[in-house]
Amino acid sequence: MLFYSFFKSLVGKDVVIELKNDLSITGTLHSVDQYLNVKLTEVQVLDPEKYPHIQSVTSAFVRGSVIRYIQLPPDDVDTQLLQEATRKEVTQPRKE
Amino acid sequence: MDLSIVNNDYYLSGMAALIGDIDSNLVLHQAFERICVGRQYADIPRGLFVIRGENVLLIGELDFHQPIRVPLVEVTIEEILKLQKEDIEKKGRIEKLRQKAMIEHGLVDDGNPIEEHY
Repeated sequence: MLFYSFFKSLVGKDVVIELKNDLSITGTLHSVDQYLNVKLTEVQVLDPEKYPHIQSVTSAFVRGSVIRYIQLPPDDVDTQLLQEATRKEVTQPRKE
Repeated sequence: MDLSIVNNDYYLSGMAALIGDIDSNLVLHQAFERICVGRQYADIPRGLFVIRGENVLLIGELDFHQPIRVPLVEVTIEEILKLQKEDIEKKGRIEKLRQKAMIEHGLVDDGNPIEEHY
């Protein structure tokens, strides 16, 4: 839940997503769900020479399970807050 | 809705009848499987296609207001299947050499069993 909330706070920001098949795409974060599936608008492929067949795609849905990294603009992330939140998440007993 | 689906080595496009559910299972209507090798491609008509969600990497919406930029050359289906076979064989040979080199350095590479489909 923590990272779902974290990504919700980043909707509207530009991110770069690296998939597990080594494809990197950039775009504006449109929405995220509990599985960390991501919808992006204004999609661009970072290496169009290697992946020419995705050039006409403007918006995309990326399945959460295939994402390796999501690169974020450093100014939009409060690392202190994130550190505290993750620490709390670990130490507090879970409701489940 | 016209979509294109990137699925590792294959690329499917068609009209989505149903964007399944949370598992991203899909039903495609008038689907074409596009096989790309280098700068060449061919479309194989597949008709009604059901895709299990765990295989889906990315679903991209095509924007028809922009001219479709596809810097690829179309070839016949027979030709692309031949090229694909050669490409797979070449990659297999390179992988074998890599494994051999790793073993000579005392390293064993079992691949990543979870990620091997990606």
